[in-house]
Amino acid sequence: MNSAATIPPLTGTITVDVPVERAFRVFTDSFGSWWPAEYHIGQADMATAILEPHAGGRWYEQGVDGSECDWGRVLAWEPPHRLVVTWQINGQWQSDPDPSHASEIEVRFSADGPDQTTVELEHRLLDRLVDGQALRDGITGGGGWPSLLELFAKTATNQA
Amino acid sequence: MDTNGVAGLGLLGDPSRRAIFELLARRPCTVGELAQALPITRSAVSQHLRVLKDGGLVVSKAEGTRRIYRLNPDGVTALRAYLDRIWAEALTGFAKAAQAAPLDPEPED
Repeated sequence: MNSAATIPPLTGTITVDVPVERAFRVFTDSFGSWWPAEYHIGQADMATAILEPHAGGRWYEQGVDGSECDWGRVLAWEPPHRLVVTWQINGQWQSDPDPSHASEIEVRFSADGPDQTTVELEHRLLDRLVDGQALRDGITGGGGWPSLLELFAKTATNQA
Repeated sequence: MDTNGVAGLGLLGDPSRRAIFELLARRPCTVGELAQALPITRSAVSQHLRVLKDGGLVVSKAEGTRRIYRLNPDGVTALRAYLDRIWAEALTGFAKAAQAAPLDPEPED
């Protein structure tokens, strides 16, 4: 059976009272300053996360011990209106370099006026996360987010 | 701040509900087990479970005299809700950062 996209994308929208250029710049240049630090995959606590400002750039976290963990790659870099990155984190909550397992996040920045910007985010191709997970055997213990991803992947795979 | 479209925010935006959800991600539990693991009363746990059930994230089954709660095996719902929660938090953090950023003028050259 071929993997048609069956899982609807996630979407989120937020409006900020800043010009579109600044919204894009804060989102990208200052990514590590606003990303919630509890959501990270490295063994060490997260010091910062970095989004390299060009297509093909890396998207990764840096731990307090200097270690690095890849989250994905920049697919589209179109300042100040559009950004697409891959999400290459698997159900074990680890970096997964296989591009066929990559879901995608598109972020669009629209100027509502000179000092207001709407930011729309879409996390799509979530089925690929499942496909990646289907390669794994068994479900291990753990807790929280990793377990949930595993549960999700197992269930979605069983339904395929 | 407008976070319309971020479904799941209401369900997992509450810290107690999130804690219950994460405990159930580890293993199925009764209300009593959840109340023991958390600093809230049984009746508060029951109220949160009702919200999570209504939202489709949690299901329950009677086993003898006990009622066991677990995450909805339709994990798609649960995963989407959880990722939604992360993105909602991330976008809120972004908005705060954007609005706090200094009004640095564009370089004139």
